[in-house]
Amino acid sequence: MIVTRVQAAPFDAAAEITTLTAGRSDIGAVVSFTGLVRGDDALVSLTLEHYPAMTERALSAIAAEAKARWPLTGGIVIHRVGRLLPGDPIVLVAVASAHRAAAFAACRHLIERLKADLPVWKRERYADGSAQWLKGS
Amino acid sequence: MIDLLYFAWVRERIGLDGETLPCPAGVATVADMLDWLSARSPAHTAALADRSAIRVAVDQVFAGPGTPVTAGCEVAIFPPVTGG
Repeated sequence: MIVTRVQAAPFDAAAEITTLTAGRSDIGAVVSFTGLVRGDDALVSLTLEHYPAMTERALSAIAAEAKARWPLTGGIVIHRVGRLLPGDPIVLVAVASAHRAAAFAACRHLIERLKADLPVWKRERYADGSAQWLKGS
Repeated sequence: MIDLLYFAWVRERIGLDGETLPCPAGVATVADMLDWLSARSPAHTAALADRSAIRVAVDQVFAGPGTPVTAGCEVAIFPPVTGG
């Protein structure tokens, strides 16, 4: 089971990983990725807009695909939306497996899929008052 | 009717976060819908001018130019995604 959440509130990556492994003795590896707001180019804030119905649906599909592809014993994916500040966490991917190879591969795959397929858009605001939407591909 | 949703700079340029319209005559695909919408107002024309920077989802699934658009569906129009 890979739990997925979209939320405005901050998350505590360490606490989420503790929850993931609590009471379990079948997990041999946990790999996590935390994405943070990088405060370069005079960035003051980052606002993430999303398409709620599709975000939930896409997250579930991405998680189900990873679960089917690797022998995972658990996982959590959290993506934040709303206004964030430099240093704030944006995204967490943590996956557990019996062995490290599956955990590393699934974690990497999940974050790349989130970047490609989640309907989320980042708008940067700078110290001079200007703002722009980040360009995607 | 068709529910149109706009996000990010598409929303800003059109000046609306969405609109519900009767399914226009002659519109059968995503490409038809974009062509029809582009002629709706100067703001729509400007927002949709660069098709290479436009992505579309039909009923919350990424769609291509040939994806069918039918009455009752939800068509979302937005720039390339930048999440993660």
